[in-house]
Amino acid sequence: MQVPAPVDYERALSLDHAIELLERYGPDAKIIAGGHSLLPMMKLRLLQPEVLIDLNNVTDLGYIKVESNEMRIGALTRHSELLESPIVSEHFPIISEAERVIADPVVRNRGTVGGSLCQADPSEDLAAVFSALKASVVLRGSKGTRVVPVREFHSGPYSTVIDPGEILTEIRVSLSSPCGSAYKKVERRVGDWAIAAVGVVLRVSNSRADDVGIGLTAVGAEHYCAYEAEEFLVGKELSEETINECARIAAENCNPSADQRGPVDYKRHLVEVLTFRALGKAVARCKGGSQ
Amino acid sequence: MTAVSDTETTIGFGRVLRKEDVRFLRGKGNYVDDIKLPGMLHGAVLRSPYAHAKIVSINTAAAEAHPKVRAVVTGKLLETLNLAWIPSLSHDVIAVLATDKVRYQGQEVAFVVADDRYAARDALELIEVEYEVLPAVIDAKTALDPSSALIRDDIEGKSDNHIFDWDCGDQEETDQVFDQAEVVVKQEMLYPRVHPAPMETCGAVADMDPISGKLTIWSTTQAPHAHRTLYALVAGLPEHKLRVVSPDIGGGFGNKVGIYPGYVLAVVGSILTKRPVKWMEDRSENLMSTSFARDYHMSGEIAATKDGKILGLRVHVLADHGAFNNTAQPTKFPAGFFHIFSGSYDLRSAYCQVTGVYTNKAPGGVAYACSFRVTEAVYLVERMVDCLAQELKMDPAELRMRNLLKPEQFPYLSPTGWEYDSGDYPRALRLAMDIAGYETLRQEQAEKRAKGELMGIGVSFFTETVGAGPKKHMDILGLGMADGCDVRVHPTGKAVVRLSVQTQGQGHETTFAQIVSEVTGIPIADIEVVHGDTDSTPFGLGTYGSRSTPVSGAACAIASQRVRDKARIIAAAMLECSPEDLEWESGRWFVKGDPSSGKTIQEIALAAHGPLELPDGVEGHLDGQCVYDPPNLTYPFGAYICVVDIDKDTGKVNVRRFIAVDDCGPRINPMIVEGQVHGGLADGVGMALMEAIAFDEEGNCLGGSFMDYLLPTSLECPSWETGQTVTPSPHHPLGLKGVGESATVGSPPAVVNAIIDALSVYGVRHADMPFTPAQVWRTIVGSPMRTDMAFK
Ligand SMILES: Cc1cc2nc3c(=O)[nH]c(=O)nc-3n(C[C@H](O)[C@H](O)[C@H](O)COP(=O)(O)OP(=O)(O)OC[C@H]3O[C@@H](n4cnc5c(N)ncnc54)[C@H](O)[C@@H]3O)c2cc1C
Repeated sequence: MQVPAPVDYERALSLDHAIELLERYGPDAKIIAGGHSLLPMMKLRLLQPEVLIDLNNVTDLGYIKVESNEMRIGALTRHSELLESPIVSEHFPIISEAERVIADPVVRNRGTVGGSLCQADPSEDLAAVFSALKASVVLRGSKGTRVVPVREFHSGPYSTVIDPGEILTEIRVSLSSPCGSAYKKVERRVGDWAIAAVGVVLRVSNSRADDVGIGLTAVGAEHYCAYEAEEFLVGKELSEETINECARIAAENCNPSADQRGPVDYKRHLVEVLTFRALGKAVARCKGGSQ
Repeated sequence: MTAVSDTETTIGFGRVLRKEDVRFLRGKGNYVDDIKLPGMLHGAVLRSPYAHAKIVSINTAAAEAHPKVRAVVTGKLLETLNLAWIPSLSHDVIAVLATDKVRYQGQEVAFVVADDRYAARDALELIEVEYEVLPAVIDAKTALDPSSALIRDDIEGKSDNHIFDWDCGDQEETDQVFDQAEVVVKQEMLYPRVHPAPMETCGAVADMDPISGKLTIWSTTQAPHAHRTLYALVAGLPEHKLRVVSPDIGGGFGNKVGIYPGYVLAVVGSILTKRPVKWMEDRSENLMSTSFARDYHMSGEIAATKDGKILGLRVHVLADHGAFNNTAQPTKFPAGFFHIFSGSYDLRSAYCQVTGVYTNKAPGGVAYACSFRVTEAVYLVERMVDCLAQELKMDPAELRMRNLLKPEQFPYLSPTGWEYDSGDYPRALRLAMDIAGYETLRQEQAEKRAKGELMGIGVSFFTETVGAGPKKHMDILGLGMADGCDVRVHPTGKAVVRLSVQTQGQGHETTFAQIVSEVTGIPIADIEVVHGDTDSTPFGLGTYGSRSTPVSGAACAIASQRVRDKARIIAAAMLECSPEDLEWESGRWFVKGDPSSGKTIQEIALAAHGPLELPDGVEGHLDGQCVYDPPNLTYPFGAYICVVDIDKDTGKVNVRRFIAVDDCGPRINPMIVEGQVHGGLADGVGMALMEAIAFDEEGNCLGGSFMDYLLPTSLECPSWETGQTVTPSPHHPLGLKGVGESATVGSPPAVVNAIIDALSVYGVRHADMPFTPAQVWRTIVGSPMRTDMAFK
């Protein structure tokens, strides 16, 4: 049994209470949501917070709803709830496809969307998904609420722009943009983190891409995003040739590092293969008229 | 093919639910960590962050000042007790706590005993150790370079990292065979370091009673008796005042054969504090510091005629034993049973040479037939045969069929001195090919290839040598590898059997009851199996190397036979006839020609404890004992076929089918045998596709958690297709051969052969396990990686 360092515990009874507790305990306090990233780090003593503020009783932070032409996901929504949501599967196959390959059912039953984004693990799947979707997050603190695009939220491995006193409350995704999306991941074994993964979101008019989102994870892409590849594809006809070229550009511009999941050349190669496949699938979905 | 015993049963061999599962399924198992004694304290080990470093100083003052800390132990303190170093299982020593320097990452440096586990762990952070980092020897291939750092400067006169050279077979004759051969194929291969990774990590509870002087150690051990004797020898404790208890064990796979520093530290903690002390390692400690398996760099050569008659095998091995030579194997065999590497084939000559070296890695290793190295041997020969098939452009199944030993060649004396007991190899291979639909699969493969898709079919055939072993050849630290068994029938006809071996999940409580039942006719449900406690079981060397059924199973069969023989004398006294007039049917002696007059074993048991007058020299009660010294080893074998599909763009391997035909002689409980085979196959898929403990240049262990050291799940495993042939061992009283490690030995080469078969369209002949997607892709593009090092 790996045992964490001594830690105090507070149960937040409401969002306001949680913010008040954060304020009271300062930077030595940590929000705990699903605990599936935080607790492993505490057990390895990589993190030794003095207080845990448990968000799990703030149940009104768990929801998936449609409002103002946006899908809004509460921060405490579990992976499994996203996976099962009809709204999600109808509009955003990229999310369902990603959720199917995130961890395992045990982790998905507890792990939350908010925790995933705040953890900012460089191999996080949902970070790439919401980056591809150009979603935004709602941050609330004692000084008020701000809405930050996901592409500005992450500031590096394990770091975000969230202030110590703030809580991520909601993720917002516009319903108007996509006509096709897809997520492709390769892992060494089921439930493992990605060696590389690619999410693609497309809007097509007159068989040309007029909006493109390409998210990458585990390959050192800034903000989990393949900017150059997106830029290349916008306005282009979606032929096999352009898709190929787009995939090549995504691979060329990512920045993987070697580890036991794979060497750099392989990861780069994988980005090309997966971008090509995800684009192909998203294009097919656009053409099929259905998501 | 269905064996006679393949039916549900209440007596003897056949399918019966495992007795032990009643408690396991209800969460009522009793593992070491479930042991809670009044006043028990908890220990935690401080480990080295470095692979190789001099210890300059250790300051424990702050830890000792922690209000919940009861003792802090360092190597210096152990030196005063003469316990800083203890003998390894291979004529070396291992450090209990480092005194001079640390030699691998994760090595034990200090031990804290505290009121609870949390405090013990907290106090570790209060110990200050000053290290002076030394260059580490990580690549076994450079360990013998004069420029490499000297790891074992504790050994007097040692000037290099060499441990041993050992060879076997007729070198001259083999060289001649190679010189004259039409075809010679050479291939280097690595069987990477893997970990047994049992679900339960290692641990111990030590309780020294200061009044009686009796020390009780509950520990995760596969060999309680061997441990007791070693504690007695090492610590000078009187053996009759030592009790080792191995309660339920959550998987062993060889991981729990040796004595780890943590066990000794729990004992020291209990002696110092006069309280029971529990030490239970965590997952990372288990993966980083306990016995690994394999780590064999092998260079093989195979000689043959142009038309595919295999003539000879020649192998050089560089064996990476880590920082201390702590493999478990019979004394005379520093490379275990690697010399079984000539496999299942009729060769003219074979020769192997093994060099063991020290590196700055965790010592080991005993795992799943590893210490006895059959796994490495089978991998070597089965890869070499496939390399030859590719060279000769022959079908690998056909090449094997041509060269397999014939049934009439048994008993067969191998070129390296083994005497294979029995086998019908071609029948097993043919059966596997039939179940697989081999010819149809080859057609499908041809069609897929034409479409540019990657499909592979891998064949392997293995012969194991298990059940170690004859006392005159085999001992561990001077203890002969014989095992005792004691069967007693109670007055009411129920029985208890006491074993020296200890189950770690293999189902001994069921199978050993079945052995007694098979011989005596007492219902399985009426037989209690007692094991794991040295105070209530006879001496023996324990469970590993698939030896329980071949050795203890034989002891149990003979002890049961002695019960039956004695029952005959007692029945004769009851029936007032001579024992020779009686005939046996299951559970009953009756008068020949008069089946109605007889006595059941239960009636006999009661009479044996009653006033009945027995012939002179016959004592009362109904019991039997045996110490079994096996006349030979047993040789289980099998034919495996694996089918894989590979995504050539991502490198991802999908194991589509796996066919396993095993011959372990008669099956005591076919259900348990299948379970053993299923588990071993999963392990084989794991080793072939994902398991490896690699190290970076500084010697950091890259497999120190289950996020990094991957084990396969059901989703990586196909639905296993199993089959069997039954060739009894002629020298085992019940013909049994043992099956614990068959599948883990036979499956990795089948999977790898399938993968290489798929990739052969790129001209690939070999690459090393594990075939992660990255390794497959790198193999396709012509630059496979060394899987024992950090990927670059
Ligand atoms: C075995 C295993 C396998 C996994 N595999 C994958 C995988 O394949 N792909 C993948 O993407 N992920 C994977 N994960 C990670 C998993 O998805 C995340 O651990 C989880 O979703 C994070 O969410 P959580 O609710 O558990 O966060 P927690 O662990 O509770 O918190 C994580 C961090 O976020 C902070 N935090 C949480 N919620 C908020 C909030 N609302 N506002 C502000 N800060 C907050 C916490 O303070 C903490 O710093 C795996 C995890 C495990 C244990």
